[in-house]
Formats: sequence, C-alpha cells, structure tokens
Amino acid sequence: MQIPTPLDAVEHLKAQMPDAVDDVHIFRDETTIIILPENVPAVLRFLRDTPGLVYNYLSDISAVDYYPDYSRPARFGVSYHLYALLYSRRLRVKTFVDEDESIPTVTSIWPGANWLEREIIDMMGIPFADHPDPRRVLMPKDWDGHPHRRDYPLGYETVQFSFNIEEIMKHKPFAKE
Amino acid sequence: MTDMIVGEETRKIEASLEELRGLVTERAMTGETMLLNMGPHHPSTHGVLRLLLELDGEEIVTCLPDVGFLHTGIEKNIEDKTYEKGVTLTDRMDYLSPMSNNMVFCMAIEKLVDLDVPERGQVIRVICLELSRIASHLVWLGTQAIDLGAMSVFLYCFREREKILDMFEMLSGQRMMGSYFRPGGVWRDLRPEFLPALEAFLEDFPRRVDDYEALLTKNPIWLDRTQGIGIIEPDMALALGLSGASLRGSGVNWDIRKATPYSGYEKYQFNVPLGEHGDVYDRFLCRIYEMRECMKIIRQAVDNLPDGAFRSDDRKFVPPPRRELGQSMEAVIHHFKLWTEGFSAPDEEVYVAIESPRGEIGCYLHGTGGNKPRRVRFKTPSFMHIQALEHMAPGHFIADLVAMIGSVDIVLGDCDR
Repeated sequence: MQIPTPLDAVEHLKAQMPDAVDDVHIFRDETTIIILPENVPAVLRFLRDTPGLVYNYLSDISAVDYYPDYSRPARFGVSYHLYALLYSRRLRVKTFVDEDESIPTVTSIWPGANWLEREIIDMMGIPFADHPDPRRVLMPKDWDGHPHRRDYPLGYETVQFSFNIEEIMKHKPFAKE
Repeated sequence: MTDMIVGEETRKIEASLEELRGLVTERAMTGETMLLNMGPHHPSTHGVLRLLLELDGEEIVTCLPDVGFLHTGIEKNIEDKTYEKGVTLTDRMDYLSPMSNNMVFCMAIEKLVDLDVPERGQVIRVICLELSRIASHLVWLGTQAIDLGAMSVFLYCFREREKILDMFEMLSGQRMMGSYFRPGGVWRDLRPEFLPALEAFLEDFPRRVDDYEALLTKNPIWLDRTQGIGIIEPDMALALGLSGASLRGSGVNWDIRKATPYSGYEKYQFNVPLGEHGDVYDRFLCRIYEMRECMKIIRQAVDNLPDGAFRSDDRKFVPPPRRELGQSMEAVIHHFKLWTEGFSAPDEEVYVAIESPRGEIGCYLHGTGGNKPRRVRFKTPSFMHIQALEHMAPGHFIADLVAMIGSVDIVLGDCDR
C-alpha cells in the first residue's frame, strides 16, 4: 500500500482554509495552530480526513484558565491534542473563549471526545454546543462552581470550635431531625 | 423511585427516572427493562466505579458508567505547589504504577524548562518503568482472573509483585509512593543491593509467567469466558481514544515507546504484541506477552547500564548533593532557593505523552513564568477506557461485563485524579 507523503499541517491548512488559521505558535518543537471557536469542528475534520495529514487520534482536550492575566485573546484556552498514527507526529489546535461562550462539540468526529468535553464543562465551566450528554462527570451533580478555574479557591474546612460549631453544622449535608 | 420510611414521614431518596430520559431506552420508562445499580462498592469494579445498567433479563441494554468517587483534586493541588513538590502528588493518581505518573510529569517539566537527563538517569528510569509495568500487569492479571473465578492466579501474581515492591523500597525507601523520579533524573543512585535482587527476579520471573499461562491461556473455562466477549473494532477503538494494550488487542500497532521514543527507548530491542479480534482474550494475551517483552528491555538496560551522573547537574533546577553544602556557599544558596522558592518555568505550554501500563498517559503543563504551574492536566487512559465500556457492554450478560471491566485495565485513581 502506498503511504501518501506527509504534508505540513500549517501550510496545508492555510492553503485550503485560509480564513481558519488565526495564528501559529511554536515552542520546543510543538506546533500550536490557533483558530476561532466556531471553526473547531471543520478544522479538526479537515486535519483528520486529509491524506498526508491524517491526525486520526484525539489524545486529549485540555482547558486552561488565564485569569487574572488579560494578555491573551480571551479568558480560557482550549487545546485539542491530535496525533497522527501513520506519521507519528503531534499537533495542538487551540482556541480561546470567554466566559459563557460555547465551542461546537467534536463528539461527531471522535465519540471519545464525549467525556473529555464533559470534564471541561464540569471543571472549567466552558459549555460545548450540541453536546449529547452535558452532565457533570467528576463532581457531584449539585456541586456549586467549577473547581479548575483560577478564581476558585483550593479551600479548606473550617476548624470547629464551640463558638462556631452550630454555624458549621447548619451547612453539613447529613440528615437532620 | 424508592420510598424510604424515616421515622413517621416518607421521603423520596432516589433520583427520578425523568433525569435518565434520553440516556436509557424508552423501555426503561415503562418498567419493561430493569435499571440496576452496580457499584460503587462492587468488588469487581476495581475500586469505586458505579455502573447504571439497563437490563433485559440478564442482557445489558445500556451501560452508563458514573465516575468521580475518587476525585481528589490532584491537578488543582499541583497548581498550588512548586514544580518539584508536585511530583509527590502524581504518585497518588495511578497507584498501581506510580513511576509512570512521575515520569510523565517530570518529562513535562523537563520539556518546559529545557532540562536534560544524563544517560544513567534515563536507563534507571527505563528499568523502573518496565518493573512497574510488570507490577501493574500482575495486579491486572490477578484481579482479572479472580473476577472470572480463578482464585489461585491472584495469589501467585501478588507473590511476584511483592518482590518488585521490595525492589522499589530499596530504590526509594517506599514500596509504592516512592516519588523516585525527579526533574532532571532520579532521586538517588541505585543501591548496591538493588542489582542482585533484580538479577534474581529476572532469573525467576519467566518461569512464573509460564505458570500463569499454563493456568489460563489454554484453560477451556477461561477461553469460554473471554473469547468473543467485548469485541471492539480497530476503527472504533481509535475513535473512542483507547490506548495501550486495550488498543493493541484490536490490532492497532501503536506503542508510544516505539512510535515516539523517550528516555532512550529507541536503543532497546523489543516487540509490540498485537491482538487480532479485539476481544477480552486478545487483550489478555497482549498483556501477558508484554510482560515477557518488559523482561527483555530490563535485561538490555541492566547490561548496558552506563556509569556517571544519575541526575542533571544544572543547579538552577536540581538541588546540589548534601556533601557540597559544607564546602560551597553557592551550593547553600542553590539549596535554599530550590527548596523554598523552587525554579521558574516560562509562560508556555507543553504536552508530553508516555506509554503507561494502561496506555497513553499525557501531561499538559502550562507555566506562568513563575515558580508554580498555571495548569496541569493529566490525560489518563483509565478515563477513556471506562468511557469505552458504554460502547462495549450492550448485548452482553452481566457476568461478561465483569470480564470487560477487567480487560480494559482500569484504575479509578487514574480515572478520577
């Protein structure tokens, strides 16, 4: 079987979808293609289906919260880590979103993205549009807030003393008479 | 819905069926199929995995895994620590192979700050990684066998694992949570008693693997219980994000040690066993053969163990050894700086992936320019593998689901982090 010669992802993407690529960033041989959130499914599908690129494995979807640093285009960065089994190479596709801004889901491209996106919904509070099952995955369903945001405190339990024990007990979830 | 009598009043204590609409079939709404809760304390769920099963008789119609019972906020906690202190927490994720977690986190730090590991350090790391791969596979084999009713295999496996844990104790002073890998190499050099113990283990272990195979590989009950169960097609396995032996059982040739070698894996001769049918039995065979390949790698690593430093001597990232502290003022300064403030890493992001015993474990590390990371994220194989149960289980019996859970080799600490 003839294996198509590998293409350069950035150049090929720029040639085929000129509007999609916002910026390209290279650090320690890792290429990051920065795109707009609405282009995510189209770009990922293109990268997966084009012969010579075939980024057919979605390694991970990672989200990072840049709060309180405002030098980035938006508060959150969401990175899709792709891997091409045929050529053994990796690529990061990154998009920036602000609070309450949603990203189209990629579950139709990789069913495995389902839980990865659910984790971001849960821990970062970034909504994914048209996600088939947007429940929390790690935290309990009645949990308040999104723990991996930078403005969410690590938190400790208040130390109980006789003067504050009643106040603390009021908020404990166990059954009361 | 269940009613529970508490004192005089009656309270509804369970979630309503309405919440599950769309997740289970319409037949469950009418009561035609039964909803059954399996776990989180079921012994064959390997920890605290809860599965909500929709059953038609004994046949599974839908399987909804529910995770998060072991979520300990490790990623969030590392964000509040300096880089080197975070290594200790990574041990606690995948508690059956803590060395792989140490490795991926250290590699991410090394990539972020551009730190090299000396050759001896790399070879020691490979020995440890392969030993922990064997230890992890032994637990997997023992629990998989005990789930399917073969009690003695479990005891044999734990006997061998004990020897590996003893060796880890020699290296790091701890049997499991050693935090032996540090940015720039390993914590200390090999102890004099380690290599003889390893030689004895290498001598003894191939015979033990033969024993396991004699007990299981051609055992008709084992074949009945595992062949044709939980089949996952190669395309589907890739799309679901499976990795490691669970993916190779479906015949996809992807081993990160071969495809994108790290820590000098390109220098070792070893084979990557592949399955054919993608069922529980093929995944079982893959892991059994992998144990034999691990032996080969350790053998080559021990034979070619170079002399020299086991940890980088870049004093901006690696604290000086104790003996220098009495003689050099500069060493005292570095020691103080590194153990109080730690080192700084650039405001950039890296992603590193290695082949853990379970599959691809990845670390996404984002620095701030300061001494603490902005974001640490671990892509863990168990998380993806539990998700795949949803697609594997329908159409099988509950008894076979137990075989499937074992065959994808999950660790809930790894899944929930």
